[in-house]
Amino acid sequence: MSTRIRESRGQEMALTTAVAIVIVLLSLLPMLRLIKEIVAPGGTLSTVAIKAGLASPATWVATWHTLVVGIGGTLLAVLSGTLVAVLITLTDIRGRSALVLCYVMPLMIAPQVTALAWLQLFGPASPFLKLFGAAPPLGTKNPLYSTSGIILLLGVQYGPLVFLLVRAGLRKLPRELVEASRAGGAGWFTVLVTIVLPLMTPSIMAAAALAFVSCVGNFGIPAFLGIPANYLVLPTLIYQRLAGGGPAVLGETAFLSVLIGVIAMAGILAQEVMSRRRDYRISSTSLAAEPYELGRWRPAVHAGMWLLIVVVLVLPLFGLVLTSLVPGYGIALTAKTVTLDNYRFVLFEHDAASRAFFNSFWLSIAAAFFAVLVAVPIGYLIAWGKQRWVRLLNLSVELPYALPGVVLAIASLLLFLRPIPLTGIQLYNTVWIILYAYLARFLVLALRPTISGYHQIDRALEEAAQVAGAGLFTRMRTIIFPLLAPAAIAGGLLIFMTALSELTVSALLWSSGSETIGVVMFSFEQGGDSNYAAAMSVITVAVTFVLMLVTNLLAPYLPSGVLPWRD
Amino acid sequence: MARLSLDNVTKSFANFDAVNDVSIDVGDGEFLAVLGPSGCGKTTLLRLVAGFEKVTSGEIRIGSEVVSGRGGSVAPEKRRVGIVFQNYALWPHMTVAENIGYSLKVAKLNKAVARQKVEDALALVNLQGLGDRRPANLSGGQRQRVALARCLVAAPSLVLFDEPLANLDVHLRASMEDEFASFHKRTGTTIVYITHDQAEAMALADRIAVMDGGRLAQLATPRELYHEPANEMVASFISQGILLPADVLSAEQAGQCKVRVLGAELVVRCRPGERPRTGAKICCRSADLDVSPDGPGFDGLVKRVIYQGGSARIEFTPSTSPDLTLHFEQPDPVVLESGAQARLRIRSGWLIPAAGAVA
Ligand SMILES: Nc1ncnc2c1ncn2[C@@H]1O[C@H](COP(=O)(O)OP(=O)(O)OP(=O)(O)O)[C@@H](O)[C@H]1O
Ligand SMILES: [Mg+2]
Repeated sequence: MSTRIRESRGQEMALTTAVAIVIVLLSLLPMLRLIKEIVAPGGTLSTVAIKAGLASPATWVATWHTLVVGIGGTLLAVLSGTLVAVLITLTDIRGRSALVLCYVMPLMIAPQVTALAWLQLFGPASPFLKLFGAAPPLGTKNPLYSTSGIILLLGVQYGPLVFLLVRAGLRKLPRELVEASRAGGAGWFTVLVTIVLPLMTPSIMAAAALAFVSCVGNFGIPAFLGIPANYLVLPTLIYQRLAGGGPAVLGETAFLSVLIGVIAMAGILAQEVMSRRRDYRISSTSLAAEPYELGRWRPAVHAGMWLLIVVVLVLPLFGLVLTSLVPGYGIALTAKTVTLDNYRFVLFEHDAASRAFFNSFWLSIAAAFFAVLVAVPIGYLIAWGKQRWVRLLNLSVELPYALPGVVLAIASLLLFLRPIPLTGIQLYNTVWIILYAYLARFLVLALRPTISGYHQIDRALEEAAQVAGAGLFTRMRTIIFPLLAPAAIAGGLLIFMTALSELTVSALLWSSGSETIGVVMFSFEQGGDSNYAAAMSVITVAVTFVLMLVTNLLAPYLPSGVLPWRD
Repeated sequence: MARLSLDNVTKSFANFDAVNDVSIDVGDGEFLAVLGPSGCGKTTLLRLVAGFEKVTSGEIRIGSEVVSGRGGSVAPEKRRVGIVFQNYALWPHMTVAENIGYSLKVAKLNKAVARQKVEDALALVNLQGLGDRRPANLSGGQRQRVALARCLVAAPSLVLFDEPLANLDVHLRASMEDEFASFHKRTGTTIVYITHDQAEAMALADRIAVMDGGRLAQLATPRELYHEPANEMVASFISQGILLPADVLSAEQAGQCKVRVLGAELVVRCRPGERPRTGAKICCRSADLDVSPDGPGFDGLVKRVIYQGGSARIEFTPSTSPDLTLHFEQPDPVVLESGAQARLRIRSGWLIPAAGAVA
């Protein structure tokens, strides 16, 4: 092999090796450990674990529930998210940036906070309903403690996720494609149905897959809404088993978590198969199409949009704030009862709560930073990799990363229950096991936008740099990263906000001293201290909101599209 | 077929007039080329006609109907215009046949009839048998043909082209030019054709509208544009006309007048009614220049000699006004060399009308 050939191979090899190590450590290793627990519990091959799992009726009930709320939530999210994206992006609606900001907000709010907020809004103790004396009598069942309640909140939670992906796709739609169709005699509705939506199917399907995985893996919403009604989905079933049985039931929960994984994977695979047939790469860069004039419908559309915002954002948050201001359950808010005691308590008096704020902050920053750095090279190999085995790797990368958090949490538990061999380092019962799970868990949030970013870049841009003599690392730095930075960094920011009040993973991994915000919030709510939970929620929402504002200050220095809530 | 008229059309983006007070009348079945440097507002003009942009002021009529004006704007899908985009704008999620048949489907045409029309359109652009391909699997020239077929299949009365050949190579360009010309001849469709390539415009168009900075600089036949440019911009833009300062010495007589240029007197063509004035300009073509060692004329320096095969392009600076550059061609055998002294004669030229004079 000549030196020149070796030189050209070197960088690619280095990249591939680095990516392979990351993948092995963060995904293959925990996944293999999980599978080993199922097929060979205790070290010898046996089907005991699987048989035990399949024999339990609870498994089947929870699986059915998971499918119902997963599919229901996805449908609601895709319908609402796509509709809002089309209205906001393609019409001459006014106040676009405010609408985007408000509609995307629920995504920045942790699911359990959403759940808590809605519960506070409609429950018999609702300080909001009490304002008008409309609260049902104490003891009445909250209407949200139901299947449709869970589906509704999942739709509200993940509609913005779909919205963001579809909107990103819509903005890349060259205006000529729309105009050619209009010149061909098509009215706006026909253009939408025959041109815009078909071209958007890759975005919509990717969004649907992501929403589905998020829905079936969601813990916060079914935990707050389902557990009281004894409506268990797989993640909450696992939580209950583990909370009751400790490490002894790990094997059983391993089976359940694999089951969630299989369901989520089915969703991802369906999307993969469908979108492989539809790779409409839009390579031309052009201006966006002229917005469709709503004309006399404009006031109605405006009213509808703002009503939606009020219902999904303003009212729940308002209810949350009210709850955080009353001294106890079921007390009406009046000038006499209003108090800040709940805030004082969670911030200064409750040790675990203040520890949780610290832990969650640094964990989220670390996870976001890591993911942004790693997503670009991994995405490169997945999207543009030439070797066959890299393509095979694709599946093994997608597979574990795309799995719901519960799966990773259980796998991490299995992996680190005992000290790491050779080093003797103990991660179990420390905050480090949570960091490990976060790194593995949230990478997907940065990886997916990055990969779709790759798919939308004309490869010729990189090839041009290659012809100009740029080596792989130079191309990554000077061509690919700048082009993908919006996608990757947006992913990183999403990760930070998601990780900040994350509950799914930490609910299974926390230990005394390594509490996260989500865990403390959850235990307050379970103990009936909704007012403390509400106070913590308001604080995290406020922090998130301030963070969004601060990041907004940076906006002029960032490429456009980096901040999801900014128009 | 349709007449297209633009009356004092202006289009402003924020405070910037992309199209400024343009009036053009395109006759039934006419082939009008719109020519101008980059950024002069050609695409904007076309998008105004298609209805993708609203006029700021003025009026556009297609046939007898006002489509854009004070009373509002007819939607693009109601205008029955065909449009061929520079980047083709083929829908990647449809096959070639689906792309072409789109407008027929939208119009809910009978399926069999539509299929036949698509076949005919494919045959018209020599793409028989490619109906099932995806646009991504076509060459640039084939894509352009599909775009053309797509716009023709609905038999629009007015077809708009936005630099349709800009992305094609020279040979393909020539053959597509032929195709456009024969299409125009065959169908008699009214065509507005945007280009920044002067040769293309000259070869195809009945008349050419030259635009400059959003304004219409001149609207005339190719011949007239070349021989009788209405202003300095057109004179220098078309075929690199040479502009020379002149004083008009005599009033117009039989389309000619006497002028003094670079100290020499000569007779040039001019518009009727020209009177003696100073500070005028004449436009002459390189073919109007002669080397005349002994005759009347003016002396100067040969700056550069660029051999072009069969002839050379000579750049020449008169000694009386060293900031001017004239260029002309000398056939083989080329005798002039750069740095040499030479004496030039202007045989004829065109007196550019005074600014503000009406055509
Ligand atoms: N939507 C818009 N908003 C603001 N300015 C615009 C817009 N569209 C065009 N312009 C400006 O109007 C001017 C004319 O643009 P236009 O696209 O019509 O030029 P053109 O003659 O087609 O140029 P080219 O030959 O490069 O295609 C340009 O200065 C352009 O920047
Ligand atoms: Mg243009």
